[in-house]
Amino acid sequence: MRAAAETGRTPPLEEAKIPWLRRNRPYLILLPAFLLTAGILYPFGVAIYYSLTNFSFKYEKHSFVGLENWVDMFSDPGFWHSLWVTAKYALLSTGVEMVIGVGVALLLNRESRLARSLRIVLIFPLMIAPVIATLIWQLMINSSVGVIGHALRGIGIVDFTWAADPDTALFTVVLIDAWVYTPFVILLTLAGLRSLPKAPFESARVDGGSAWFTFKNLTLPMIMPFLLIALVFRLMVSLQEFSIIFALTSGGPGDTLMTLPLTAYTEGFTYKELGYALPHMLVLWLNVFFASRILIKYWSRAQERASGV
Amino acid sequence: MGACSILLLWSTVACIAAPQEGARDGAAADAGPAVPGSDGDFDWERCRGETIHVMLNQHPYTEAILERLPEFEKKTGIRVRYSVTPESNYFDKLTVSLNARNGHPDVFMTGSYQLWEFLFSGHVQELDSLIQDRGYTSPDYDVEDFFEGVLKGNRWNMKVGQPVGTGPLWAVPLGFEMNVLMYNRRALDQVGADPPKTFDELLETASRLNGWNGGGSYGIAVRGTRSWATIHPGYMTAYSMAGAEDFSMEGGTLKSRVNSPQAVQITERFAELVRKAGPKDWTNYTWYQVSTDLGAGKAALAYDADNLGFFQNVEGASKEAGNIGWAPPPLPKEGARLGSNMWIWSLAMNRHSRNKEAAWLFMQYFTGKEHIRWGATEAKVVNPPRRSVWEDAKFQERIGRMEGYRETFESVIDHSTIKFTPQPEFFNITTEWAAALQDIVIGSAGAEERLNQLARDADMRIKRMMDRIE
Repeated sequence: MRAAAETGRTPPLEEAKIPWLRRNRPYLILLPAFLLTAGILYPFGVAIYYSLTNFSFKYEKHSFVGLENWVDMFSDPGFWHSLWVTAKYALLSTGVEMVIGVGVALLLNRESRLARSLRIVLIFPLMIAPVIATLIWQLMINSSVGVIGHALRGIGIVDFTWAADPDTALFTVVLIDAWVYTPFVILLTLAGLRSLPKAPFESARVDGGSAWFTFKNLTLPMIMPFLLIALVFRLMVSLQEFSIIFALTSGGPGDTLMTLPLTAYTEGFTYKELGYALPHMLVLWLNVFFASRILIKYWSRAQERASGV
Repeated sequence: MGACSILLLWSTVACIAAPQEGARDGAAADAGPAVPGSDGDFDWERCRGETIHVMLNQHPYTEAILERLPEFEKKTGIRVRYSVTPESNYFDKLTVSLNARNGHPDVFMTGSYQLWEFLFSGHVQELDSLIQDRGYTSPDYDVEDFFEGVLKGNRWNMKVGQPVGTGPLWAVPLGFEMNVLMYNRRALDQVGADPPKTFDELLETASRLNGWNGGGSYGIAVRGTRSWATIHPGYMTAYSMAGAEDFSMEGGTLKSRVNSPQAVQITERFAELVRKAGPKDWTNYTWYQVSTDLGAGKAALAYDADNLGFFQNVEGASKEAGNIGWAPPPLPKEGARLGSNMWIWSLAMNRHSRNKEAAWLFMQYFTGKEHIRWGATEAKVVNPPRRSVWEDAKFQERIGRMEGYRETFESVIDHSTIKFTPQPEFFNITTEWAAALQDIVIGSAGAEERLNQLARDADMRIKRMMDRIE
């Protein structure tokens, strides 16, 4: 005030009366969101920067190389192969899990003692880290000591090669993925089924609607938002899947299971060429981003349809 | 997202690795009065109270170190914090730790091939200056006692294309491996065969041994995962004896030779061996599966590091203990010189370590005569790198119980060296080589076509490397 008097300036009324905390409240409220955004964007920006350098763990210095890594990646047949394997793996595993998950959830959506027990037991695989699940499966399918190998021999299937053969490797990793993640789809679908209103189903029953008719015209559209959420999550995680394939075959046999995350890891940490590995991760991010955008758009429409808007 | 994903991937790997963090916190504190060393005036206690960090690979050599860690801590007053990581993830984890350039770990276990990479990133401390300084090195250390060929495997002048053996010393050996043929005596007796001396005999004998011990048993175990570790044992030994090279110098630069006629021919024969007599799930085979199958009586033969058979042959160690024998690697062609590709496990020091003196005391102790002798006679330090230990009566008596072990060692040692051309792209190229070998064995591609593709890839990587280091 004395300073104001000395300069002859009258302080604005708000500045004089409103306490600092209140005046800055909007910024303080926004601060966590700002920090979170910066925390997400900073590493993202760093990744883009390093993808334009020849940064390597093998050499002390690095320099800016422009788009060289990107050009090298797009002209490498290995990259296109890994993109194709990633797509195959994601679509297959997500498809299998959605079909089995919805089927099992429909069977469990009843009030029997067995259904209640199974609802608990079936989520056990979700509680196991995928890499541990893979190691368990690796033991189970081991040709000499594995219980599954033993059981298969009992029915006359000898020397089934599982992940050791390019013809069966994808099947094996999808099998393990489905074992770990199908319960996630079951859980979400069951949540959807349990939230449905009873009245439309009773009306359908009174009108003599068949089970298929009821499922197709009532159950499916009404649980669609839940299914799409399950689909988005499963597709995103499947596109990024690393631990199951890495623990089982490290991407082999040959290059059979070299998905984008596996290729990026191998280039980044085994070959120590981080500058070259990062474009692979950024392409993967683009794939996940666009796939989830499309699905979320469908999800909004499905939700509107389900709520009758 | 990209960087986050890499970090997330890394954390996953760290989970797989399941390192056993440990520290002997109490040991240094409980040290009590100093135990005088056997080496006169050398002051082992000069770093009392310091703490060093050590990264170790899960291995019998590590077990021997850990068993005697309390003695080291008592003798020196140095506190040792350590981590032990399974081999499949060890080097990835080590690379990340060294790249932090914060001095951790002070000491790390390494193979010689890894040094070629670490050197160019400036992670490794040269050791000659420490060894030659009497103030730092105990007079009992006796560096001349190491086998010359083994010690030379850790010397390199960092000139790409020039072989190991010259230049500064970057690590001190803990032990070494030579790749030879191991057999189950029972299996050979069953088919009335002697250990095969040539590759043709090997192919014929191994094929006859399929099913020798009931369902699931097979002729020969060799490594097969999509990893550099698949290339360096039996395959590289056969490859080099067949006269094939990985690289040659042409016009001042390295040129890949993995698609030379000799390379294609020996690769085809190796693939035939695996197809005819190898395990069905060969692409999952690391050294661990090779070793356990030999010990369990599943594999009749194994073409791998000689110490794998040793671990299985110790009384009580496996079902087939006492039945395992050793023979020189089969000659792939007439007139070939007997020799093996060598693998050397060593201890190296981080150049950024802030406790170099203490780190060097640790390295001296665990590569010194006394510890290596103890490890070779009381623990499982097979193939000790010190000449004096091989002359030790107790060690001779121990290996005397192993059929053909000493004879095989003596027939191979003179021509056993590192058969790879040292260069910092070693892991890229050998991992891609393993993928190519898998494709060839499982029939996804012909040997010539696939090795041509590998050569193109290797040349591209070498060109990129030369641009960086010139």
